[in-house]
Amino acid sequence: MNSKELINYMKSTFGEPMVEVVDLKKYFPVKGVFRTIGYVRAVDGVSFIVPKGKTLGLVGESGCGKTTTGRLILRLIEPTSGHVYFDGKDIFKLKGKKLLEFRRKAQMVFQDPYMSLDPRMTVFDIIMEPIRAHKIKVEDPQKFVVNLLYEVGLNETHLYRYPHEFSGGQRQRIAVARVLALEPEFIVLDEPTSALDVSVQAQILNMLKDLQAKRGLTYLFISHDLGVVRYMSDYIAVMYLGKIVEMGPAEEVFEKPLHPYTKMLFASMPVPDPFEAKKKPKVEVIGEPPSPINPPPGCRFHPRCQYAMDICRKKEPPLVMAEKGHFVACWLYAKK
Amino acid sequence: MGVRKFLLFLRHSKITLSGLIIILVLSIMAIIAPYITPYNPHAITGPPYAPPSRQHLLGTDDIGHDILSQLIYGSRTSLLVGTLGALGCVFVGVVIGLVAGVAGGAVDEILMRLTDIVLVIPYIVFVIVLVAYLGPSIWNIILSITILGWPSIARMVRSYVMSLKTSLYVEAARSLGADRSYIMKYHIFPGLIPLIIPVYVLTIVDSILTEAGLSFLGLGDPTKVSWGMLLYYAQIRGAFVRGMWWWVVPPGLMITITGLGFLLLGTGLEEYFNPRFRR
Repeated sequence: MNSKELINYMKSTFGEPMVEVVDLKKYFPVKGVFRTIGYVRAVDGVSFIVPKGKTLGLVGESGCGKTTTGRLILRLIEPTSGHVYFDGKDIFKLKGKKLLEFRRKAQMVFQDPYMSLDPRMTVFDIIMEPIRAHKIKVEDPQKFVVNLLYEVGLNETHLYRYPHEFSGGQRQRIAVARVLALEPEFIVLDEPTSALDVSVQAQILNMLKDLQAKRGLTYLFISHDLGVVRYMSDYIAVMYLGKIVEMGPAEEVFEKPLHPYTKMLFASMPVPDPFEAKKKPKVEVIGEPPSPINPPPGCRFHPRCQYAMDICRKKEPPLVMAEKGHFVACWLYAKK
Repeated sequence: MGVRKFLLFLRHSKITLSGLIIILVLSIMAIIAPYITPYNPHAITGPPYAPPSRQHLLGTDDIGHDILSQLIYGSRTSLLVGTLGALGCVFVGVVIGLVAGVAGGAVDEILMRLTDIVLVIPYIVFVIVLVAYLGPSIWNIILSITILGWPSIARMVRSYVMSLKTSLYVEAARSLGADRSYIMKYHIFPGLIPLIIPVYVLTIVDSILTEAGLSFLGLGDPTKVSWGMLLYYAQIRGAFVRGMWWWVVPPGLMITITGLGFLLLGTGLEEYFNPRFRR
């Protein structure tokens, strides 16, 4: 199955796409003293779609290329190769006004709310930032900002305060309000809750869900926290070393994971109920992800995989549809 | 809002407050010099080499100029050269650091090598050569201080701009669709001000000391009195040999106090703008 066919399958089962990612690659050069001595293959040929009005959860361990993928989709960095289509348009070919239009529709909420807000700006200035950057005229800026603050659960008393006066959760609310100012259609949420306390996480997640329902937003939710992803996502894509190894509807992937890596990942998920935990099948977590500078040949997971066969060491498995709407890249499911 | 915050800071920061008071007193002294000096500093108003007396509180020099009057007028030269010389350094330093930091690449490389070259030139030696070549005048001294004093500021500004440029909130602004001029105006410039103000005040100290040093070596502006020049004449006209401490100690003290004043203020402002230094 080539990536075109794959995308078409995904469209037919997941629905109309907001974002289409085709064969996206990003290699970062590793500089030696005199020359480039290798490449970090952060994202190495991923294809997927984010269906309109839905949430796609992108999961994987640290360093597997999740965040790089998110940054590529918003064109914060340029890809080595591949395409991203937003509303059918190739975003890497956009220029000038068209690019600005794209920047208005597609937004990002960053992981660290302590770093993503300028410490010298007041909340008012922070939320007005996108409006000023796009030179949009707003009748009553103060009222406009206060309305956004209400929408994220803050109020007008917070208007002229500085970021350091807020808790992590409140800062993330400010970051969300800033993003909403432009009335975007698509938001990349890059681990929006991983810097927050567990009790605050739930509040932020519920707020994001409410906003999605109210405004019909499409989310790409990047996280390593499986519980959070399960709660948020309609569809899930699992990444390992720059590749997508499994993708499908959230419930199905969680209930019936196919790829050995996904199984291992889910096995590492803590279960709150100790009686439930006992019932859970034990899958041993072996080793750690190899370096993305020199990924292993064949299937990238084979050194850690208990089902590894000869072919896994030689040939890379393609992403295939194992069941309807459930895609997996593993020789256990692909035709050899 | 900013003013009230600063006053509150002054209240518990004795360092800043004392620096500010020293500088205010000196500045007022320089401004109203013609009204508080007992004599014209350039006029012969008494016998030569007179010791302190009721007519001449600090005595007179070899020609009969009143030393106290010269001392008071000297503050004008020191403050002028100090503030303008430092302004020159900061201006050039900020422009070069900013351009290098923002542009990056080849421009950065060229500007930074230029900075390195100026940085390794022995400062005081080259200032002496430059002033001797250009001719001793206040403006030439200011120019020389500017030409040689900017590199460390340029380096500082560059590294700070680079760290701002790669900060997450600048990336966030870019993802919101902000262009370069917006980021410069709203993130980079406001971020630089707390760095530049204390650096400026601290550079004034260097500038004042350089002027004093040059004047002491006889390279001062002959038409203006300055503390360094008082010391220069004291030395060549035999004040040290005659034990005329009233000719030697006061200008030395004034230089020290002025330098100290700016140093205290600069250190205090550094603390004010960078709360991490606050105790």
